[in-house]
Amino acid sequence: MKKMNLRQMQVDQTGTITFVKADGELGRRIRDMGLIPGKEIKVQGRAPLKDPVSLRIMGFTLTLRNNEADHIEVEVK
Amino acid sequence: MSAAIVLAGNPNSGKTTLFNELTGARQHVGNYPGVTVEKKQGTCPTESGKLTIVDLPGTYSLTAYSLEEVVARDFLVDENPSMVVDIVDASNLERNLYLTVQFMEMGLPVTIALNMMDVADKRRIKIDIEKLSKLLDVPVVPTIARKGKGKKELLTTISSHVENKIKPLNISYGRDIDTALDKMEEMIELSGFLTAKYRARWVAIKYFENDSQITELGKKADQKIASDLERVVEKVTDHLSATLDTHPEGMIADHRYGFINSILKQGVISYAQDRNRQQISDKIDRVVTNQFLGPIIMVAIIMGLYKFTFSYSEIPIGWFESFFGWMGGVADSALSDGLLKSLVISGIIDGVGGVLGFVPLIMFMFLGIAFLEDSGYLARMAFMLDRVFRMFGLHGSSVIAFIVSGGIAGGCAVPGVMAARTLKSPKERLATLLTVPFMNCGAKLPVFALLVAAFFSENEATVMLLITLISWVGALLVARLLRSTIIKGEATPFVMELPPYRLPTIKGILIHTWERTWQYIQKAGTVILGVSIILWAMMTFPGLDQTKIQEFENQRSVITSGVSSQILDELETIQGDQLSANALTVKESLTQVDFDEAHAGLKNSIAGRIGSSLEGITKFAGFDWRTNIALVGGFAAKEVVVSTLGTAYSMGEVDPEEITSLSDKLKAADGWGPLTAFSLILFTIFYAPCFVTVVCIAKEAGSWKWAGFSVVFNTALAFGVSVLFYQIGSIVL
Ligand SMILES: Nc1nc2c(ncn2[C@@H]2O[C@H](COP(=O)(O)OP(=O)(O)O)[C@@H](O)[C@H]2O)c(=O)[nH]1
Repeated sequence: MKKMNLRQMQVDQTGTITFVKADGELGRRIRDMGLIPGKEIKVQGRAPLKDPVSLRIMGFTLTLRNNEADHIEVEVK
Repeated sequence: MSAAIVLAGNPNSGKTTLFNELTGARQHVGNYPGVTVEKKQGTCPTESGKLTIVDLPGTYSLTAYSLEEVVARDFLVDENPSMVVDIVDASNLERNLYLTVQFMEMGLPVTIALNMMDVADKRRIKIDIEKLSKLLDVPVVPTIARKGKGKKELLTTISSHVENKIKPLNISYGRDIDTALDKMEEMIELSGFLTAKYRARWVAIKYFENDSQITELGKKADQKIASDLERVVEKVTDHLSATLDTHPEGMIADHRYGFINSILKQGVISYAQDRNRQQISDKIDRVVTNQFLGPIIMVAIIMGLYKFTFSYSEIPIGWFESFFGWMGGVADSALSDGLLKSLVISGIIDGVGGVLGFVPLIMFMFLGIAFLEDSGYLARMAFMLDRVFRMFGLHGSSVIAFIVSGGIAGGCAVPGVMAARTLKSPKERLATLLTVPFMNCGAKLPVFALLVAAFFSENEATVMLLITLISWVGALLVARLLRSTIIKGEATPFVMELPPYRLPTIKGILIHTWERTWQYIQKAGTVILGVSIILWAMMTFPGLDQTKIQEFENQRSVITSGVSSQILDELETIQGDQLSANALTVKESLTQVDFDEAHAGLKNSIAGRIGSSLEGITKFAGFDWRTNIALVGGFAAKEVVVSTLGTAYSMGEVDPEEITSLSDKLKAADGWGPLTAFSLILFTIFYAPCFVTVVCIAKEAGSWKWAGFSVVFNTALAFGVSVLFYQIGSIVL
């Protein structure tokens, strides 16, 4: 078990969200899409310029910019 | 059943498909009052009478994060629908129910249409529909909208449940918040605070969610209660951050998802495979968004869209052109020479022709875009390009608008501006709308071709490439400038779903395309006709005075008086190219008088006077009155710059496709040289968009203010750039 930032995760790595720091509009949006503590995510891929990142959560695919991913902490196995 | 029923749900849940299934052709598209969000409404015949159905914008939540969410929420509150039909994607149940729960918390009557049952089956997701319905206490009807399955059951269920009494949902948000909510609910109910419209507990929750729309309404309604409520919220907030290192907004979202989970866990759903395992879509994405292949495929698809739009639309555009050409011909022979004829041909027929001439272009572009959008590829394009466009304050999805407008030289800003609709973030969208007209549309090309042929014939290709680069760099820099000044603000979050790839249905695409095309015809049509007539009037009035006209008549008599009656007969009866040499010279002299008269008329017209009076300042950019008039004419359509220059140089109206003689003339003319030519090229890239584009900007931005801005700002920018170039150039060269 290791804690890290979502930005640092490798493609195909899975982890569980432990903490979401963002508030305001971004925080609301992140939470509305289900990025909340306890959810399992898997990094699906990155755009050709390495940003944004796409990930799978609750069975669908979601994209986030790297600076938005910074607000999300995960625990990986 | 009086009040309408509404369709609501997440984007990509199949809402539009179901709406089309239910209403068929009995639908019309408008806007929600005051905003540019589309409002679709239709009727559906049922056994108990006609049902009015409103399609709400697709949203993930009702937290008032986006314009769509605000619009959806306001509509639900203001219109009190008799039923909210919530389309829930069965293959994506957990996230979709997040919205459902919020409807139920508002105390709205909900029926779930559990759509995409076929997809869920394919992914071996089993859903116990009865149990779901029982636990949520709302009716649930399985549907496959794409095949029209479940439609009848849905309608029967709706009509048997509209009269039911609703028990609003109360979710537990943890002890601290719950206790506070109880207290606040009581305060709100006692004072009747906002209760005319909203449920008391819901208002209390919104205070915890820090919902600016509600807190502002609250302040206006009752300052004292509002601050009392805020104090309660503050206390709990402090407590939560001290003890649990979290805040109410987070707690509320967590508990909503927790509530959904607790229901799903009671045997409602079972997965035969890992939910996050790779689906076919993910495998496609591995290739399509691959670091190397991704960009190549994207370029190929963009080129394909471009070719499709502009090559195939040429044929129907040709039909329109010949039709309006024919109409012009009919008017020409039916009416006698004079103002009325000129108005009908140059003002009305050209104006209407101008509007309708764009129709095939718009149709083909929307056909292409609808395909890309419905298939899911557009979202991938945004994903791949976001990094680049974000640097300039735009969004990955801006690319389509730029390309269509002429990012590859030869597009058109009218469909380009309309293509900006695929952008969901308002600031990025506005910045895109205002900068796409800098691209080199097909109508600017004749102007460039004329000037390049005249003054840069040795480096044609290089100069054309340079022009394309200048317009891209200019557009992106201006976007950056706008986004850090008048459209300032944080980038809209890119938290976006990549929907699974799906083969679009023909019906869906056709409806989509038709809707947009029809909107263009309706909305733009009337205004454009009006402006076209005004422009015609500006280039025609006040005309020449009697003595001037007499002078030209005299010139004609002088020419004809000296020639034999035989030649005069010949001129009357024989067509142009069969004339004898003598007759031809006479005819040419006569035509030259016509051209001179047109030239004098134009110079004396309102546009001409504007052009002359502006000469004082435009000379700093190297433009004389003739160029000025041509640029005024270019506001009608950019290629008019060429034909007007022709008239201004007494050559008659020059066909934009036949420019050789005009370019020779310019080369020889006073005050023209490479410097002036390039200054004019720069001006043409940047100055006011043609008025059809301006009208579209007004419609898309939802206000004439922005349309006016684009005329004034772009012209000022163009002038600045041209003057700078011309002045520096004059010193250096
Ligand atoms: N397999 C399947 N596809 C569907 C179903 N309903 C809609 N679709 C497809 O899902 C895509 C998105 O549907 P659309 O109605 O545009 O979604 P909206 O964003 O909610 O309006 C389209 O390609 C539809 O053809 C369904 O029940 N099953």
